[in-house]
Amino acid sequence: MTNTPKQVDPLNPRDWSRQPPAYWPDYKTTRARSPQRKLVRLAGSMSETTGPIFNHDDLGANDWDLLTNFAAPGECPIGPRILVHGRVLDEDARPVSGALVECWQANAGGRYRHKNDTYLAPIDPNFGGCGRTLTGIDGTYRFRTVQPGAYPWPNGPNTWRPAHIHFSIFGHSFAHRLITQCYFEGDPFIPHCAIVQSIPSQDAVDGLIARLDLEETIPHDTVAYRFDIVLRGRTATPFENQLEWT
Amino acid sequence: MAKTTELLSETASQTAGPYVHIGLSPNAAGFDIYDKELGADIAGPNAKGQRIRVEGTVWDGQGESVKDVLIEIWQPNSDGNFAHSDAVEDAFRGWGRVISDFDTGAWGFDTVRPGASGQEAPHLNLWIVARGINVGLHTRMYFPDDSDAHLTDPVLNNLDHDQRATLVAAGDATSDLATYRFDIRLQGDAETVFFDI
Ligand SMILES: [Fe+3]
Repeated sequence: MTNTPKQVDPLNPRDWSRQPPAYWPDYKTTRARSPQRKLVRLAGSMSETTGPIFNHDDLGANDWDLLTNFAAPGECPIGPRILVHGRVLDEDARPVSGALVECWQANAGGRYRHKNDTYLAPIDPNFGGCGRTLTGIDGTYRFRTVQPGAYPWPNGPNTWRPAHIHFSIFGHSFAHRLITQCYFEGDPFIPHCAIVQSIPSQDAVDGLIARLDLEETIPHDTVAYRFDIVLRGRTATPFENQLEWT
Repeated sequence: MAKTTELLSETASQTAGPYVHIGLSPNAAGFDIYDKELGADIAGPNAKGQRIRVEGTVWDGQGESVKDVLIEIWQPNSDGNFAHSDAVEDAFRGWGRVISDFDTGAWGFDTVRPGASGQEAPHLNLWIVARGINVGLHTRMYFPDDSDAHLTDPVLNNLDHDQRATLVAAGDATSDLATYRFDIRLQGDAETVFFDI
């Protein structure tokens, strides 16, 4: 993955029937922050089909492990120990290697380590709440962390986010850029969350729910969840109206 | 248009939320965890070309600045080459992250002026995420001093006059450190053009 020129074919057009609309009034903040005009379709030139190369030098060896990457020596964050793992694939089910995967989350009590979060649950001194890694040649990634807590948010009088981990994925091109959230199987808040329910396809919602993975669970130690991520594929045939690729 | 047969569908996007900084810019969130934060230098001191600064604000539909925004930048070097291969100088990465001031919403970054790539006039590619933005927004910033090149730019030529104006920064290159201003409007009469790429 290091120093390999990336593919520069254009990406498949995005399937907007599976993406949340910009304007979703139940999620109040979208009302003033959603563009009102239609997006302008671009087939994509080098500007969009290329992207930076990330190397292992960019990351620390322990960045992927949220149990230890901020904890004092010998200490551990509070909360259920979990492993979240999966693969980054494209729409043709090919592994995306060398993708930068970054995550952030609240601690087990639902509190973020952020100067703007004032929720009354305490900060955990041994939990930073972020991790990052590069996918392997087979597209796999993993994070070891604690199960995040649900937390209230000011969208309505009694609105709670389901437990979630935020994911940022950088595939091989700038047009691949994706930020999403990983939820957990069986969470009763999922059907009540305006952010989740902005997604117009139940199948696409299901794709954001990590599944209990008993096979990877470490006995007497860590519960495993599986969360796969799909980035757009590349068109094999160039668009008729494509811009010039140099 | 031709499409390969897809087995899978792209994962749904979700908002980055108000605390995106924890994951992508933890120092700004208020803690120090990584040896090296990513995206700090678009163009290192030894990158070729003219140094420039870009400043701006993202505005919502009520005229409020977006104070929790994170913007990623992707651009070619001064020769018009992207850092997706070895075709650029070591000091040039071409990719960066910038966040706004939490109190004012103002942001700014330093880089080098990009060269033209292919038929396109020089521009910066921007990707914008924040609370209340469900799918990250792609836009471009063009330079006001390139008006001739804009006439033949295939992307700008696809837009009407008013739309085109939203993608051209203000400012000029006459001072020592050329400073450009690029305001991004999420709604309103002068709503910035965003792309479906
Ligand atoms: Fe969150």
